[in-house]
Amino acid sequence: MKNIILILLVSFLGFGAQAQEKKNKNAKYVTEVNGNCEQCQKRIQKAAYSVAGVKSAIWDIETHQLSLILNEEKTSSLDVKKAIAKVGHDTDEVKATKEDYDNLHSCCLYERK
Amino acid sequence: MQKIITLFALIFLSIPVFSQENLEEVKVVKKRKGIQKSFTVTGNTSLITSKELLKAACCNLAESFETNPSIDVNFSDALTGTKQIKMLGLTSPYLMITEENVPSVRGASQAYGLSFTPGTWVESIQITKGAGSVVNGYESISGQINTELLKPLNDIPFFLNAYGSTDSRFELNTHFNKKINEDWATSLFVHGNTRVSKMDRNQDGFLDNPLGKQINLINRWQYACAENGWVSFITFKYMNDEKQTGELNFDPKTDKGKTNYWGSEINTERMDVSTKVGYVFKDMPYQSIGFQNAFNSHDQQSYFGLNQYNIKQSSYYSNLIFNSIINNTMNKFAAGLNFTYDKYQEFVNVNDYSRIDNSVGAFFEYTYDNADDFSVILGGRVDNHNRLGTFLTPRLHVRYNPWENGVLRFSAGRGKRSANIFAENQPLFASSRIFDILDTNGKIYGLNPEIAWNYGLSFLQKFSLFGKSADIGFDFYRTDFQNQAVVDVMQSPQQVVFYNLNGKSVANSLQLEFNYEIFNHFNFRSAYKFYDVRTDYLSGNYQKPLQAKHRFFGNLEYETHIGEKGKQWKFDYTFNWIGQQQLPNTASNPINDRLPEFSQSYSLMNAQITRTFSSTFEMYIGGENIGNYTQEKAILGSENPFGSTFDASIVYAPVFGQMYYAGLRFKIK
Repeated sequence: MKNIILILLVSFLGFGAQAQEKKNKNAKYVTEVNGNCEQCQKRIQKAAYSVAGVKSAIWDIETHQLSLILNEEKTSSLDVKKAIAKVGHDTDEVKATKEDYDNLHSCCLYERK
Repeated sequence: MQKIITLFALIFLSIPVFSQENLEEVKVVKKRKGIQKSFTVTGNTSLITSKELLKAACCNLAESFETNPSIDVNFSDALTGTKQIKMLGLTSPYLMITEENVPSVRGASQAYGLSFTPGTWVESIQITKGAGSVVNGYESISGQINTELLKPLNDIPFFLNAYGSTDSRFELNTHFNKKINEDWATSLFVHGNTRVSKMDRNQDGFLDNPLGKQINLINRWQYACAENGWVSFITFKYMNDEKQTGELNFDPKTDKGKTNYWGSEINTERMDVSTKVGYVFKDMPYQSIGFQNAFNSHDQQSYFGLNQYNIKQSSYYSNLIFNSIINNTMNKFAAGLNFTYDKYQEFVNVNDYSRIDNSVGAFFEYTYDNADDFSVILGGRVDNHNRLGTFLTPRLHVRYNPWENGVLRFSAGRGKRSANIFAENQPLFASSRIFDILDTNGKIYGLNPEIAWNYGLSFLQKFSLFGKSADIGFDFYRTDFQNQAVVDVMQSPQQVVFYNLNGKSVANSLQLEFNYEIFNHFNFRSAYKFYDVRTDYLSGNYQKPLQAKHRFFGNLEYETHIGEKGKQWKFDYTFNWIGQQQLPNTASNPINDRLPEFSQSYSLMNAQITRTFSSTFEMYIGGENIGNYTQEKAILGSENPFGSTFDASIVYAPVFGQMYYAGLRFKIK
């Protein structure tokens, strides 16, 4: 039984090692996304998940930080920011259009920088 | 009685000594609820926190559910004093009871197992109604109860709890905990309880509660390192429990195996060793692998009058689980393997029912959660068991939030198990009943495996009423048995008959719940429960004996503001109304030993007051069954315990009457 675990572990650890030689399949990013409330949280995370290659997206209501894990072979953080801007939320690199911003629910109309 | 008073006095005299050591420390603790219900979890799960467990006497796990409407605490027979629990109208064999996700109360420990976990060891309890997760096995039918014990890494260095009650039960719990370094911690918990004096309030010549003593030890080691992603637990347990009951004059030395006086002894020794290893992948917090191993030996030596019953179970359980995602964290899965081995050495009088059971299984569970208003868990497993054969176990859970603060849930699943007919029905040994098994072709005592489907629908809505929070909920569950090992006490008062279900057996349960915060720190909880549990017996279709069709539950809780140094008062009151219950058939007995077809309805009240003197010291007093309701005839045929009408297993109400208790808790933080 122990051998099986060892083999399993080795093979899984092996995957991780291979991935790092090429593009990172589990690249971590933390970036600020402007927003207010729980509704914003759902919208931001949903937009991030809509991008193929995004594995995990968690937006913190208090700190406004979006923690991403994504597969760099398939996408980039810029693509994610574009998708988020499209639903009305500003990021450091990509800003939402006025139209998209105005479409937000009244409680989600965060202060634009 | 004098002994009790002396012990009480001792406990209370020791209080001033402790209170002098009070540390001057104020900690701001956010008020949290005792029972937490989630609107985002997929299963119909409520979480009982340790705060809730402090609201009642709660000496052990069996008694931890008194303030919770989802679980009905019943009274076991007059002899063993062990409380049985029911969920959705079904007794604990149909529940999956796990400790930190390893099956704990099963097989030989079914009747008394819950009383082998002291209440102070418990950190929290999760109660899931309906079909459980496939990860934990195929056995669960009506629900799952998982207990999390205190974790060494976040425990306090020292805890002491002393308890004494007017039914002459005394308990002492001491916890020691030590952090060895950043990543390692260990704890040692020592529990002892005893019931010292013989009591016979109803004057039937029999003890109302068994004499007993239990010593229970646990030593755990926890390792957790955030940097390298490894976590581990190593746990050692030892328990020895002795009970003696029967007639007041019974002396085991001279009367065991004879007909001078009727008596019974149940001695249990149990050892557990378990390990858990988990690894969370670097850079992939959503991916992990876990490996659990548990070995235990459970040895019960007992006799009930002239009935001998010995069972020793040696078990090994192993579970390997891999968790990860498909594309993103909205799509998660768990996959893994199980292995179970059980060696039973079981003797009922002269009959040898020893056997070995083993099974291997593989499971896969997929979870979709749209991170908003919808989630679904679809699980399946394949098992190969030497007695149950090869079979599939599908389970489904769905959650939908149609609007804010509302949640709708649906679950369905199949369960299969082998009924340990003797271990699960031990109270029946305390009667003159003859055990008859009508079937001979099955692989488990001649019987076939039990198979049931469970379906459930529930709705919960939170809202605001006069500016205070309230919630209202309903749930409906149905359990449909395809086969059941029927335990028939409707045939004859001198017999218990076991056979494969021939016809229908269903358990329907409906629960309506309303909870309201009447004003700050004053909470009201209420529930109405309807059970329709019917089985086709040889003599016709009856409600399951000793199961009330209607039950009402109410709980009031009030706390004062936390004052200087954590000073606080807490008040708690629980009300239970239990409707008529079908009683076993006693129509053919002589008129004095007959019971009516149904028991009368009655109500029970419990209350507790807790005084917190500081964040490190508190005392509590309380009462159970304050209305002093007792069963009229606790033991049938008690005048002639070796006669044909003797039966101590028919218990539908408390035997003992009112009971008061007091205790203290002291902590070093």
